[in-house]
Amino acid sequence: MHLLVCGGTGCRASASDSIAESLKEQLHHHNMDHEVQVILTGCFGFCEKGPIVKVLPDNTFYTEVKPEDASDIVAEHLVKGRQVERLLYKAPSGEQVTDSRHMDFYKKQIRIALRNCGFIDPENIDEYIARDGYLALGTVLNEMTPQQVIDQVKESGLRGRGGGGFPAGKKWEFAYKNESDQKYVVCNADEGDPGAFMDRSILEGDPHAVLEAMAICGYATGADQGLIYIRAEYPLAIKRLKIAIEQAREYGLLGQQIFDSHFNFDIQLRYGAGAFVCGEETALIHSMEGERGEPTFKPPYPAQSGYLEKPTNVNNVETYANVPVIINKGPGWFSKIGTQKATGTKVFALAGKVNNVGLIEVPMGTTLREVIFEIGGGIKGGKKFKAVQTGGPSGGCLTEEHLDTPIDFDNLLAVGSMMGSGGMIVMDEDDCMVSVAKFFLEFTVEESCGKCAPCRVGNKRMHELLERITQGKAEKKDLQRLKNMCHVIADTSLCGLGQTAPSPVLSTMENFWDEYVAHVEDQRCPAGSCKELMRYEIIPENCVGCTACARKCPVGAITGERKQVHEIDQDKCIKCGACLDACKFDAVTIK
Amino acid sequence: MENVKVTIDNQTVEVPKGTTIYKAAKQIGIDIPVLCYMELEDIGIENKPGGCRVCSVEVEGRHNLAPACATEVFDGMAVKTHTMRVINARRTIVEFLLSDHPKDCLTCKKSGNCELQDLAIKLGIREIPGQEYAEMSTYKTDYSPSIVRELDKCIMCRRCESMCNDFQTVGALNAINRGFDAAVAPAFEMDLQYSPCTYCGQCVAVCPTGALTEVDHSRDLIDAISDPNTTVVAQTAPAVRAALGEEFGMEPGTLVTGKMVSALRELGFDYVFDTDFAADLTIMEEGHELLDRLNRHLQGDSDVKLPMLTSCCPAWVRFIEHHFPDMKDIPSSARSPQQMFGSIAKTYFADQIETPREKMVVVSVMPCLAKKYESQREEFAEDGNPDVDFSVTTRELAHLIKEANLDLKNLSDDDFDRPMGESTGAGVIFGTTGGVIEAATRTAYELQTGQQLNDQIVFEQLRGFEGIRKANVDFNGTPINIGIAHGLGNARKLLEQIKRGESDFHAIEIMACPGGCIGGGGQPLHHNDTKILKARQQAIYQEDQNKPIRKSHENPQIQKLYKDFLGEPLGQKAHELLHTKYFDLSRKIEIS
Amino acid sequence: MSSIKVKIKQQDLNKIREICQAHGNEPGELINVLQQTQEHFGYLPAEIQEAVANELGLPVAKVYGVVTFYSFFTMIPQGRYPISICTGTACYVRGADNVLQEFKRQLGIAVGETSEDGKFSLNCLRCVGACGLAPVVLVGDKTYGRVSPDGVKDIIAEYQDKE
Repeated sequence: MHLLVCGGTGCRASASDSIAESLKEQLHHHNMDHEVQVILTGCFGFCEKGPIVKVLPDNTFYTEVKPEDASDIVAEHLVKGRQVERLLYKAPSGEQVTDSRHMDFYKKQIRIALRNCGFIDPENIDEYIARDGYLALGTVLNEMTPQQVIDQVKESGLRGRGGGGFPAGKKWEFAYKNESDQKYVVCNADEGDPGAFMDRSILEGDPHAVLEAMAICGYATGADQGLIYIRAEYPLAIKRLKIAIEQAREYGLLGQQIFDSHFNFDIQLRYGAGAFVCGEETALIHSMEGERGEPTFKPPYPAQSGYLEKPTNVNNVETYANVPVIINKGPGWFSKIGTQKATGTKVFALAGKVNNVGLIEVPMGTTLREVIFEIGGGIKGGKKFKAVQTGGPSGGCLTEEHLDTPIDFDNLLAVGSMMGSGGMIVMDEDDCMVSVAKFFLEFTVEESCGKCAPCRVGNKRMHELLERITQGKAEKKDLQRLKNMCHVIADTSLCGLGQTAPSPVLSTMENFWDEYVAHVEDQRCPAGSCKELMRYEIIPENCVGCTACARKCPVGAITGERKQVHEIDQDKCIKCGACLDACKFDAVTIK
Repeated sequence: MENVKVTIDNQTVEVPKGTTIYKAAKQIGIDIPVLCYMELEDIGIENKPGGCRVCSVEVEGRHNLAPACATEVFDGMAVKTHTMRVINARRTIVEFLLSDHPKDCLTCKKSGNCELQDLAIKLGIREIPGQEYAEMSTYKTDYSPSIVRELDKCIMCRRCESMCNDFQTVGALNAINRGFDAAVAPAFEMDLQYSPCTYCGQCVAVCPTGALTEVDHSRDLIDAISDPNTTVVAQTAPAVRAALGEEFGMEPGTLVTGKMVSALRELGFDYVFDTDFAADLTIMEEGHELLDRLNRHLQGDSDVKLPMLTSCCPAWVRFIEHHFPDMKDIPSSARSPQQMFGSIAKTYFADQIETPREKMVVVSVMPCLAKKYESQREEFAEDGNPDVDFSVTTRELAHLIKEANLDLKNLSDDDFDRPMGESTGAGVIFGTTGGVIEAATRTAYELQTGQQLNDQIVFEQLRGFEGIRKANVDFNGTPINIGIAHGLGNARKLLEQIKRGESDFHAIEIMACPGGCIGGGGQPLHHNDTKILKARQQAIYQEDQNKPIRKSHENPQIQKLYKDFLGEPLGQKAHELLHTKYFDLSRKIEIS
Repeated sequence: MSSIKVKIKQQDLNKIREICQAHGNEPGELINVLQQTQEHFGYLPAEIQEAVANELGLPVAKVYGVVTFYSFFTMIPQGRYPISICTGTACYVRGADNVLQEFKRQLGIAVGETSEDGKFSLNCLRCVGACGLAPVVLVGDKTYGRVSPDGVKDIIAEYQDKE
């Protein structure tokens, strides 16, 4: 029997490591240490209800577990064989789910990239090997030529999961065909998209999958050195990668003459120091060389002249994570999943106003509706769905009418968004779309490298104008100007960051034009979220003078004697909404 | 080389594969506007960050616009350079740039000579939408002895960064911050004078806006001339006469020596002299020093430092002081011509006109920004009174001439005053790369061998434009190895060779600027056309050829100076007035 | 005229040398060197950057150019209890901005600043990967989930009396 405790970042933040400790103590107490193993795994994906503890082999799925629950889990479930009902996952219908495989959250998912996340101890190479780990590398080295490997990847239809969706096999082939005394394989783990944590979860939950794939790529392209460019803010992923690299070296799966072949391959870590633009491959390479992470004009492509001016293949974490499975199960198996133009699966970080926030992996072609309403369990608090944002700061906001769009690279582009690295943020009726556009622009302005004028200055000017709109200070003609800025910035920026920066603005203008007009013409925020456009007021008829609002007000803006009608000083009010939450008599209103 | 056919604005042109759209268009007379792009063809510098995006054009089949400066053509490519999409993009981008740029064009030093202003005029920009609430970048202005940095006017073209790092390998300037706050600045945004800046002024020479300009001394000059109790003495560097005419619409390479002299007289200078005179004097000292080191070396003295490096270029001197302080005993101890002129003017000449040095103002007209700094070096002053009071650039002189409403083209050709206006062809060629060492060779050869050069006075092997040149001159059986470098990056290569003990040079000439002083930071702006530098070089050689005397040691006024005043070259008095020492200016990490 | 002198403590210089040597004094390792240097010193003041430049043989302007490019590097010492507010999209739509404003108001410092007593510093970061707990606040290594503006006071109070 196994007790799998989620050791992903979200669950760890809620003390999942103490849970594991407590479980071990309890097992010891019941003399069961030898029969039951506690494993701190990678992310289960169901972050909403973390920390998660899963019992194998019966797939019992305990949610929101606390360290003190350990005694019940051991004493009840393991000793007496009775599930701890109060910890079982309850579906929105109220029904208790005893087997995780029956949860809506997991039903539609197919896990390829995340195949081992939540199943193995990522710090133990034996567990990876036990699940066919390094089998693909062995096959490749013993039975295949580099061209055959490339052909298989090409045949699988695998496209880059980092954003652009460039066919991975084709990319490998470029690097393979550029002859050089030295080549490099780079893994882009500089996930910087706000609201995306797919790569982090893979690295934390299944680091060997990436190492194995990089070695396969090294063999295919003719590189003997791998580099993982990883965000320094991912300490746990870094730690697990370091352990994994050490173990792989010990087992002879990295290093000289791997599997007794003539193939040598080793991997080093390079740290990203906080620059979103380094997700762009030329910027990433400059950063690895110790330079400012500014993108440069392509060509030359990294496959021609990359790291230290040598041919370099750059793929992201999720792309690599698919590779061993493609080799093991064959490209045909892989290409049958998903759609014709987009094979396989995609991992999304589903977040925002959905019931089931978490990390999911679905076949390409799954619709947004299935993701949000079935896997995601619908909108939180019974509110109305308004929009879903995909592709992070490079993507757009899609509406109700796009919900049945099958997700793939081209479909999302066609409706004004993009796949991006896999962030998926759901918004409800309380979210102002102008503010959402402003939020993403603020991010782009902060992350622009400053090299090209449209991105450096243009995005700043767009942000300023959006700010004016949310303050009710813009005019109708400014909307036209905003649109023009969007087009020019998209048309002329140097790299993908700038080229896609206007997408959140363009897509919200396209889909929520009325909302923009309301801000500009009526100085009104339909979602009621733009602070400058709202006033909190007390309805004298409803106010009983309970003083609750005055006590909650953080800035002392509310005055009034007990049992007298209260009043809000508009000059002092910071529009935090505390009074509205505090009032039990519906006496506070927003105008 | 494989050729490809490309159609630009419906005209087809065949160009070698790898050509950019910008260059292909240029071949058929289509001028695509650029701003950040800079190619200095003859010195191998290309600044192509693809940053300004002003050169965006439409390429058939491409989803976004392409930067013409960086995009290579392919066979069958169809390009449009003036669709409404292109025009709108270009205009919007220039509006973006202007929205973060001060609007003080009327009083900006670069007004009328600013590439951003030209573009705004060309595109007919009349208003900047949203300017009233647009945040602008603000930085403090940095006044160094030579260069003024007003970063508010920086448009991030990165040209200065390329010059400072790729060409000069000085590393004073680097891109800092990111996004809207990005700019090019010294470390910690400190002032240039605390950086390893050499004041070569190549950043100023390529800056498309008013972000980098020279320290302007023309007001000081007007004050000095206006003061009836002050005797104002001018000296003009060799390279100025080969470039000044450009500011007045003359062809590059037009010599305006005589007109320049009469303009200076018209402006009210009391004496108009020639730095070429001091260049001849430099050769006397430096040439003798070279022979002295050479002969001691040939006699087996192992303490002698060879190669000897020239020391006329103040940016180069500052470079060695900052970057190679352990080699500071290699350059000749001879002062630069500007400073030799100053010390002789305020002693020998001051005696002749019976004027105390305090009542004299010596002004140099230089193609150079580092000369401003050099004149302020403490060691070149007596009791706080500098040998050269201040230095103005070719550009500043041109402004003054224009301000005085003088028509340079039609001024008479006047001659310099005596005694310090007498010079030889050897003095003139100081203005170009290879010139100092050629002048030194002419004198050293004759002194060493006792033979007249006569017809072989031109040493072709020392001439040219390549960054590093090597020559071997036969001193009557003794082969002398000579090296020449212009550009501090090239100088660095030679210095590193010396450091590794791999150098067999006896003498090396180094100039910081491309082409030598003709390409100085104070010259009329070449706007990236390095052919102008070559034309100036030809003018300098022309002037040499026109001179009746072409060897420094034959300058009668120099001979008289030694006879009446200095005594022997390298003698006691010469040592006091004409030589100097160098300092260690490098950054030192010290334990606190 | 004299050289520009940069003062640094012997032990600090030794540490920098040790870090640079561990990276072979390779200029290409600049970012890794800066990472480790900041890890040791907590921040990267001018004299530290000068020393790193000197050891790696790089112009200090370049080191400064790199330090100011990456948001991870700071020239300001961090507070003993660095507070980071996740402003990733998931946290944003669940009200991270209100939480941030409340921290700013209560601490009286702006983002990127450190309180006068050196106790707290305030920073934003993008997505810590705990979107299920949004909005998320980190104090040092400790994570606080589902933080509301109301809860800010309690978080600060937890550290206020600590040394």
